[in-house]
Amino acid sequence: MTPSSVPVLSDAVAVLCVFLILLVPCAWAGLALINTGLGRSRSAAHAMLASLCVIGVASLAYFVFGFSWQGLGGQPAHIVNIAGKPWSWIAAEPLFLRGLPLDGTPSSLALWLQMFSVVLAALIPLGAGADRWRLSAVCLSTAFFAGWTYPVFAHWVWSAGWLEQLGENYGLGRGFVDAGGSSVLQTVGGLTALSISWILGPRRGKYGAEGMPSAIPGHNAVLVLFGCLLAMLGWMGLNSAGAILLSRVEPGRAVLIAINTTLAAGSAALAAAAVTKARFGKPDASLCANGWVGGLVASSAGCAFIAPAAAVIIGLMAGAIVVFSIELFEARLTVDDPGGAISVHAMCGIWGILAVGLFARFRNPVPNDAAQWLAQLVGVGTLLGFVLPMTFGLNALLDRFYPQRVAADGERQGMDLHELGAGAYPEFFTHSDDFQR
Amino acid sequence: MRFTGFLLLVAGWGIDLTALALLKSGPPQNSFVLAGTGVQILGLVLAARSYIIPRGDKG
Repeated sequence: MTPSSVPVLSDAVAVLCVFLILLVPCAWAGLALINTGLGRSRSAAHAMLASLCVIGVASLAYFVFGFSWQGLGGQPAHIVNIAGKPWSWIAAEPLFLRGLPLDGTPSSLALWLQMFSVVLAALIPLGAGADRWRLSAVCLSTAFFAGWTYPVFAHWVWSAGWLEQLGENYGLGRGFVDAGGSSVLQTVGGLTALSISWILGPRRGKYGAEGMPSAIPGHNAVLVLFGCLLAMLGWMGLNSAGAILLSRVEPGRAVLIAINTTLAAGSAALAAAAVTKARFGKPDASLCANGWVGGLVASSAGCAFIAPAAAVIIGLMAGAIVVFSIELFEARLTVDDPGGAISVHAMCGIWGILAVGLFARFRNPVPNDAAQWLAQLVGVGTLLGFVLPMTFGLNALLDRFYPQRVAADGERQGMDLHELGAGAYPEFFTHSDDFQR
Repeated sequence: MRFTGFLLLVAGWGIDLTALALLKSGPPQNSFVLAGTGVQILGLVLAARSYIIPRGDKG
């Protein structure tokens, strides 16, 4: 096995991986419920349908184009030599998964996990565009995301790309490390959510004439909190399967990964509760839910390489980051992000990436382990300097030719009635027109 | 301001890549990567400021 190829697995481990990958859709369900619950009741059916559409479009786009750009470690890729070092920029796999063995081999399991991962990442921007993002525009934007943005960065991190090779080529520790996807899934999704928020603008009535943001509370806290529990299950599978199949850690570490994931999520929720209690007098349910997911997000990158105590610290920080970041974006930067996707996925994702440089302890030390932080910093720089401009540019271009925001009338009426013709809760009168004021 | 912000984001990444390709591991390389990050933070601030809705013109 070369350092960058897919590992050889025993039958028992392959079965374990199948089980873990089957847990990942729980994270889809969790995010869909969270996004729906944090939006308005008049857009609830639209939010759930948009999630299903995203799952369909992301799978198809990844099947048609995405995997051919991302590929797997040790497979054909376009490599450029820069100053005598090979930089793998993009994979050269066939379109439509043609000729690839889909038969339970480690490569096919890795491919399967990648397809589930891209769907999860593509669901993230829905939280930021809630209540005003047209369904057709959601589908087009998702096609760009799953067909290009995600696969290119994922190739660099998980498929023997130049970021993964930073250790081998430049002596930066083990190269960029992200076992469960804090960068590839979460930060890429979160930065796309930021782009969508900027392009769509705030919901009508979100900011009053005096410039203060008005609270538009989520319509169903139970959906949100149940979504958090489902997300936890999905993250267990994602972190464990990702670490085994993509970061080549020993399967026995699934125990450590599960413990770290639980500790990070729990600590983050408690930190969010403590911070909101200190600031507002009472713990805030939606912010605690966001804190929980923020802990999961931050745990992903280093879940296989950190001690449980470090997972607690990472979680505590993530919970605090979520609360302050949501306030920063909403009140100071006038970014309307109903689901908190930017703070939860982008900010906590970046924290999780940097935390690897601070807390990771590897079993077989390499000479330059001390430079691991630099590899992680270069990864964050790549997210900000490549992924954000690209995803913003693609979505801005799409918006130019096909406006992504729903018409003012549709927003007043609600996305359910305007785009679907029927509401999620037809027997209840849930609308108020105070946003017109 | 928005265009400048995004330009700085890309420029900061360019500094990171250049430092990796041209400098050996050590303090100079670390400094250049940190400088690249600084440039990106500046770019992020500029891009974010360009989207702040002016007071009295919100909603």
